[in-house]
Amino acid sequence: MGGPYETHEHDVLIVGAGGAGLRAAIEARAEGASVALVCKSLLGKAHTVMAEGGVAAALGNVEPKDNWQVHFRDTMRGGKMLNNWRMAQLHAQESGECVRELESWGALFDRTPDGRILQRNFGGHTYPRLAHVGDRTGLEMIRTLQDRVIHTGASVFMECTIYRLLTSGGRVVGAVGYWRESGRPVVFRAKSTVLATGGIGKAWRITSNSWEYTGDGHSMAYQAGADLLDMEFVQFHPTGMVWPPSVRGLLITEGVRGEGGVLKNNKGERFMFRYVPEMNKGEYAESEEETRKWLHETELNQAGKLKDVTARRPPELLTRDVVAKAINKEVKEGRGSPHGGVFLDVASQRTPEEIQRKLPSMYHQFKELAGVDITKEPMEVGPTCHYVMGGIRVDADTAEATVSGLYAAGESAAGLHGANRLGGNSLSDLLVFGRRAGRFAALAAKAVGAMPELDEAQLEGFVQAMGAPLDREEGESPFEVHKALQSVMEAQVGIIRSRPELEKGVAELEKLKARAARVKAAGNRVFNPGWHLALDLDSMLTVSEACARAALAREESRGGHTREDFPETRPEFSAFNHVITRGPEGPVVRREPLPAMPADLKALIGGK
Amino acid sequence: MEEGALPGSAKFRIWRGTPVAGELREFDVDLDPGMVVLDAVLKIQAEQAGDLAVRWNCKAGKCGSCSAEVNGRPKLMCMTRMSSLPLDRPVTVEPMKAFPLKKDLVTDVSWNYEVDRKIPPFRPKAPEKDGTFRMWQKDIDRGQEFRKCIQCFLCQDVCHVIRNHEQKAHFAGPAFFVKLAYLEMHPLDVEDRRALIREAGGIGYCNITKCCTEVCPENIHITDNAIIPLKERVADEYFDPIGKLFERLRKEKAERAALRH
Repeated sequence: MGGPYETHEHDVLIVGAGGAGLRAAIEARAEGASVALVCKSLLGKAHTVMAEGGVAAALGNVEPKDNWQVHFRDTMRGGKMLNNWRMAQLHAQESGECVRELESWGALFDRTPDGRILQRNFGGHTYPRLAHVGDRTGLEMIRTLQDRVIHTGASVFMECTIYRLLTSGGRVVGAVGYWRESGRPVVFRAKSTVLATGGIGKAWRITSNSWEYTGDGHSMAYQAGADLLDMEFVQFHPTGMVWPPSVRGLLITEGVRGEGGVLKNNKGERFMFRYVPEMNKGEYAESEEETRKWLHETELNQAGKLKDVTARRPPELLTRDVVAKAINKEVKEGRGSPHGGVFLDVASQRTPEEIQRKLPSMYHQFKELAGVDITKEPMEVGPTCHYVMGGIRVDADTAEATVSGLYAAGESAAGLHGANRLGGNSLSDLLVFGRRAGRFAALAAKAVGAMPELDEAQLEGFVQAMGAPLDREEGESPFEVHKALQSVMEAQVGIIRSRPELEKGVAELEKLKARAARVKAAGNRVFNPGWHLALDLDSMLTVSEACARAALAREESRGGHTREDFPETRPEFSAFNHVITRGPEGPVVRREPLPAMPADLKALIGGK
Repeated sequence: MEEGALPGSAKFRIWRGTPVAGELREFDVDLDPGMVVLDAVLKIQAEQAGDLAVRWNCKAGKCGSCSAEVNGRPKLMCMTRMSSLPLDRPVTVEPMKAFPLKKDLVTDVSWNYEVDRKIPPFRPKAPEKDGTFRMWQKDIDRGQEFRKCIQCFLCQDVCHVIRNHEQKAHFAGPAFFVKLAYLEMHPLDVEDRRALIREAGGIGYCNITKCCTEVCPENIHITDNAIIPLKERVADEYFDPIGKLFERLRKEKAERAALRH
């Protein structure tokens, strides 16, 4: 029973219909499970659609030297060795197959001269590795998966928000949510539940993320007693738009740099030459002349006219954490652009025709929204909150969370990316672990037998809580509290952190929790964004606090986490992950040793 | 108009209502540099009307959620800059008219998803010996153009077969002719969808007035590159050479009519 509420029963419930959720649904159906796929927006509008540059897979189509071992090494080094080694291994081994699978489902990737999938360069990847479609790879991927899923027989529930997981007898037995259109509660009973809810970026003010990225899955898993992992690691993408204000934070693909785009400060200086980290010394070009040679050789190589690229890569293609911090420093020291960013210039490196062919969305976006012609002028760019490496702790092979019956994949899960994600590894993550989550959720559902019973009292409590912001006589606007939260996270838990700031942030979050508990949503239940936001606030506050507390505990700088008061990477922090669990007074952070990596994989990573 | 020349505020008239009753309501909004219509709508939502229903996601022209009619023209609100509109009179924002209203700016677009589900999916030929496929860039350029479709349904909204003649039961609409064209021109696909295009898809209803092409935010040449080739493909199957000649003459006549129109 689901009480007096509309109730649906399936073997597998999948929350979220971006890349990971769609891929999970396809696989769970292939295993014969009945599937409910629930999403907050219309199908095909999820955040995956915004991914631009490409999907990383060591196909070796452009550079035959590439293979899963090199991809594994790049991923571990990019993640500053905090990654779950097994996830990094599976990801590197299976992403090629997953990309080819997309092609067999109708995806049209750009081609090499000999008719295979073309691959482009990206930050932190040793070889050209990103399969892509111009700069709209995410759209191609989500459409391919969407087209596939609608013919699988999965039941799709669009514009339906899941509010809480339902638990009973120590396991997750489904979820409760509401129809956005009517506001009516709806109950999903399931033997297995997969969270594929994406990220948390809407808690920050300057972000590339949409309204959907409120950390629902992270928060629901946490509330249900599951472990979160490494929540301090948030990726600030180095190149968001900075002007005009209405588009501040909007993403500019790393593909611009992959296609030769260079970063300059207001003195016209290619400043990235000065920011090559110790661990990467000798791996990157050391003069503009060498970067010009690299670009020339890369073009010939991609056209099939040159076998080996001999020049080293430009330092603009260092990992995102490094580039974001460098830009931040340039601006802070007075070498920024007029609107507080730096210049990203592809016009001086590529012909207008090449730019329009390789980066059509970027061309369009700047032309329409900023009045800038990127084939003629540089772009102004600065860091923007983009991705959370931390998330729900999962088993590497099965994607199962630490609570029985619960699975997580994609951005909502943690482990693959460690302290910093490489560009392109997100789309492949969705495919590899979406597939695994779908498969193992379906297999487990078969073993469960009868549909687990619900805890009726718990369900009733959740339904009441959902209605509270509407039922209240008066209270503050949820939009006000959201704005305040974004300011706190931007100022106190942003790209550069310190103990006093983080402590202040935690104290501010306490106050915001109290304010959020008293917000009043005007209007009725029918398609009411104010009410929806009031409920999302709860999730955002949960993930924000988890992030701030984990950030306080990590007294070093590593990947996406930078402490002004501890600017160095400290070896003693290399050996553990942060596990975050629900305590009586909020999130509790504890250390847990990294899983031991087998010697053969260790050998792949090598020195430094 | 230059950024700096934007006046300090603008008047909006936004449709507020349910399928039962509704009206255009006036709102004043302070403008920021570079603002788009969606910014203004969200600002109104945050400051004046918390329950104003509007769909949006990416705010970058990539997801196709925020379709509406701005001053009577089908537009993505996120890509319509305030500086592109005359601000000496109120900016009118209404929901898409070809679809049933849900609330305020949100319409029921479920019909589109039903049409989509009826299209037989991609079916590939056998791969090469090594298990992978070969395709040439020149053979997929056109298909990639169709795949730019963000399913905003603005072309469906403006199509008179749907908007004025209510032929939803017998007509797939331009958005799905684009999808069908992608499938039909896919170098690996072996499925035959010609009967569907002609019958359930009702491509004959289209008299190529190109309204769809004009509103496409992705600049897909819907009529020239998708619909006309599909019409030809269907004609190839169903008509003998003389019939084809007639088909062409009919089409040219229609095109002339469209130009006059």
